[in-house]
Amino acid sequence: MAFDEYQKREFKQVGTRPNRPDGVDKVTGRAMYGADMTLPGMLIGRILRSPHAHAKIKSIDASAALALKGVKAVVTGDDFARPEDDFLRDVQENCMARGKALYDGHAVAAVAAIDAATAKAALKLIKVEYEILPHVTDVDAAMKAGAPIVQEGRTLENVPAGMSGNVTSHSEFGHGDPAAGFAKADKVVERSFKTAATHQGYIEPHAAVASVTTDGKADLWCCTQGHFFVRTLCAGMMGMEASQLRVTPSEIGGGFGGKTTVFIEPVALMLSRKAGRPVKVVMTRDEVFRATGPTVSTSIDVKIGMTKDGRITAGEAYLRYSGGAFPCGTIDMGGQAAFAAYDLEHVRTYGWNVLTNRPKEAAYRAPGAPQAIYAVESVVDELCLALKLDPLDVRLKNAAKKGTKSSYGPTFPDIGLVATLEAAKKHPHYTAPLAEGQARGLSCGFWFNFGGNTCVSLNVNTDGTVGITEGNPDIGGSRASVSLMAAEELGIPYEQIRTIVADTNSLGYNDVTDGSRVTFAVGLATIKAARDAVRKMCLRAAKIWDIDEEAVEWKDGAAVPAGPNAGRFPPMTLAEIAADSFATGGPIAGHHEVNVDGAGVSFGVHLVDVEVDRDTGATKVLRYTIFQDAGKAVHPDYVEGQMQGGAVQGIGWALNEEYIYGRDGRLQNAGFLDYRIPVASDLPPIETVILEIPNPGHPYGVRGVGETPIVPPLAAISNAVSRAIGTRMCELPMSPPRILKAIGTTA
Amino acid sequence: MVKVQLWGSLRSAADGRTEVEVEAKNFRQLLDGLRAAHPGLAPQIERGVSMSLNGVIYREAWFTEIPPDAEVVLMPYMTGG
Amino acid sequence: MKKLHVSTTVNGDPAEFVCTPDESLLDALRNRLGLTGAKEGCGTGDCGACSVTVNGRLVCSCLVLAAEAEGAEIATIEGMAEQDRLHPLQRAFIDHAALQCGVCTPGILVAAKSLLAKNPEPTDEEVRYWLAGNLCRCTGYDKIIRAVQSAAAEMRGA
Repeated sequence: MAFDEYQKREFKQVGTRPNRPDGVDKVTGRAMYGADMTLPGMLIGRILRSPHAHAKIKSIDASAALALKGVKAVVTGDDFARPEDDFLRDVQENCMARGKALYDGHAVAAVAAIDAATAKAALKLIKVEYEILPHVTDVDAAMKAGAPIVQEGRTLENVPAGMSGNVTSHSEFGHGDPAAGFAKADKVVERSFKTAATHQGYIEPHAAVASVTTDGKADLWCCTQGHFFVRTLCAGMMGMEASQLRVTPSEIGGGFGGKTTVFIEPVALMLSRKAGRPVKVVMTRDEVFRATGPTVSTSIDVKIGMTKDGRITAGEAYLRYSGGAFPCGTIDMGGQAAFAAYDLEHVRTYGWNVLTNRPKEAAYRAPGAPQAIYAVESVVDELCLALKLDPLDVRLKNAAKKGTKSSYGPTFPDIGLVATLEAAKKHPHYTAPLAEGQARGLSCGFWFNFGGNTCVSLNVNTDGTVGITEGNPDIGGSRASVSLMAAEELGIPYEQIRTIVADTNSLGYNDVTDGSRVTFAVGLATIKAARDAVRKMCLRAAKIWDIDEEAVEWKDGAAVPAGPNAGRFPPMTLAEIAADSFATGGPIAGHHEVNVDGAGVSFGVHLVDVEVDRDTGATKVLRYTIFQDAGKAVHPDYVEGQMQGGAVQGIGWALNEEYIYGRDGRLQNAGFLDYRIPVASDLPPIETVILEIPNPGHPYGVRGVGETPIVPPLAAISNAVSRAIGTRMCELPMSPPRILKAIGTTA
Repeated sequence: MVKVQLWGSLRSAADGRTEVEVEAKNFRQLLDGLRAAHPGLAPQIERGVSMSLNGVIYREAWFTEIPPDAEVVLMPYMTGG
Repeated sequence: MKKLHVSTTVNGDPAEFVCTPDESLLDALRNRLGLTGAKEGCGTGDCGACSVTVNGRLVCSCLVLAAEAEGAEIATIEGMAEQDRLHPLQRAFIDHAALQCGVCTPGILVAAKSLLAKNPEPTDEEVRYWLAGNLCRCTGYDKIIRAVQSAAAEMRGA
């Protein structure tokens, strides 16, 4: 069984802060990212993209491009296999349009040429005849009768009859009878919210180098959060067997969910197959914004009832998410997460996913949760203000805890929300004085956390050191965490272990680095692989000592005789056993393959102080403190790093970041100048408080920490801003023009 | 018999009920039982479901044993960032 | 397009390359000289991942023409360590966990070194404003500011 009970223990290495193994490569410029790879004879690929939000592709004439000197191949959607599986077909059509361009920036053709200049020139020679169709980019507009239909026939059986053809799925979660709950409330607040689509904003654009040979083998080097999934997707689109496609992940320059799928990888492979030479494709920043996954854009109604003493009597939410031009399941996670922080007798969420002429949504840290929880936490704050109640006390009074039937169904086991809220209440930040014009906001956050398919190999070298091979690209310091857990289990120093992320041929399938799964699941598999090696080393020692295997224990990095044999022989260290391994049966290795469950949910609370400039509408974040349950912080620096990085992405979402579409359906701000992510001078220090409420599903009590931190900032900042200006803000981002408009309506 | 809680939008596929009973000793048998008793659930089961067993979420794991009187909640299969 | 021949100095060593007239210094460093430490995050001077110095001046190499390197002294991340001795900033970034994915790190280190050359004792606010042109999406900047200050203190003491 995958589930592994937590056992309390004293840690010697887990919880310390050693240097990361990839540090020197990264500070010297030596680390190899996606675009840094070069192969002999390599061509450069470029992609032609639709300038229209919605258009029928009547014809593509590439003859002039192919006639240009130095052009070696042209690829269009027709070159790819047409997968039967809906999901795979959608990914393929997103990589290269077939029949219709569904959004501004949708790929329609690609070329490979001897250099970038020739490839660029060739793109201009490809003639695409479009028939422009009416488009829709707003989620509410797309649900109206008569809206242009983005894709026909994509409605699931669970959508009630009579809705727009753009509605692809419906979901409903919750329990009790909200109407009865609202009847018991002293105050009921109903509000409508909108949140803009935001982009993950990783600094490294997507990059891939593909090499397909005439015997049907292929190698792909790319920056990705999951190379095994890349192999599955690309093999499906290329009509290849998985065994013939080896995918090697480069160092990855940020992902945050956005690199959990493919965009250019199959295009690079197809260009290479047609050209018979290696091909490199690197996206420009403009392409990253226009054609890779932003989040869903949303429109949300929330209704909550509360008694005078702060008990929530019922909660209800109507969630309308658009994941762009393709069906998208993110709405389900939003609906389940919306009220997860609360212990409610009556709760219900209704969700719809809606097609619009926007790029296909990709995951972004806790997909679907920040938007829904923003709306709920905003209404809770408004109730606290109206009823003159302390917002932390209200959350403590209603907090989900062990035994609570969650808003999405299951009864919670041990969770850390109450401890997290109490830590926030005790922290000096909560009672620090505020100056005139400043205000404080807070919000809870939640994420499910995942486990998933995981393989780890652990090789004991003859000099007593250990090599670990894992299959999940390291996006936040996971090689350090994995080495630490192995060091702890084996009882050897961290420095004697080297962990690498290997290609798709070196291990069995590993799920994508997503859902905050890696430290939890790869850590669990590493601990099990170490135990497997320990068992083998104990057996070797038993043979050397000529005693029963059961009479040998592993202690502080050595085999020791136990039971009746205790003290008969001195301890035999890992290095001693390894040194003799060729004579005692051969090399020693441990491995573990598992589909891990029992990830354990994660809660966080964020406190923020802001000041709003009433002349410019700009919001300054003055102080920020994060409280989060990490289960067990394996490497606290990187837990803090996840908390700080996630919070700052949330601050950007709350204050500045948004996809802005013109009336022509084109994205107007496809660059870092106009899509403004937070810069160093926008921010105060981000304080962190790590709580450790062990996850019963992991041997060391680890919970994933990566996603929860992006959830609370949206509402925490909106609540602070709303208190500062005396008007409830109901739309994200709260960019200066929106704040000025809100202040104007107050005056 | 295992009592399985369904999420709200599956109600219409299960004769209007949000809790159904199925004979099952593990997750695999539970899914087979649900499909047989309520064919309307089949499309969602094909798309993917997770099972929460006494508060622990299992995304696949057919052979997870379901003890008597366990709390079993069906959930959509989740993917993340 | 007719190519230009450029003679320059990179990290103290003589270097020569040919480039097209419209080629950026970043492309020449990466594709002609094999120095891939400077990264292209945007190509429009907004992200700072391609930061290098030209004659001591901090620039986004994506906004400088390669031909402008003629006769100039270029310094990149590859020249920051002295043989096997890391620069105090490089060590501080590792010690303070001031990097996660690390793709912005070369540019931030080059920019921070340039700051400390001008202002050996900056306030936190001065560090934050100096680095405002270097985007980092992983860290929230907190540990970066601490690392720069720690290196600055060490360099002042040395």
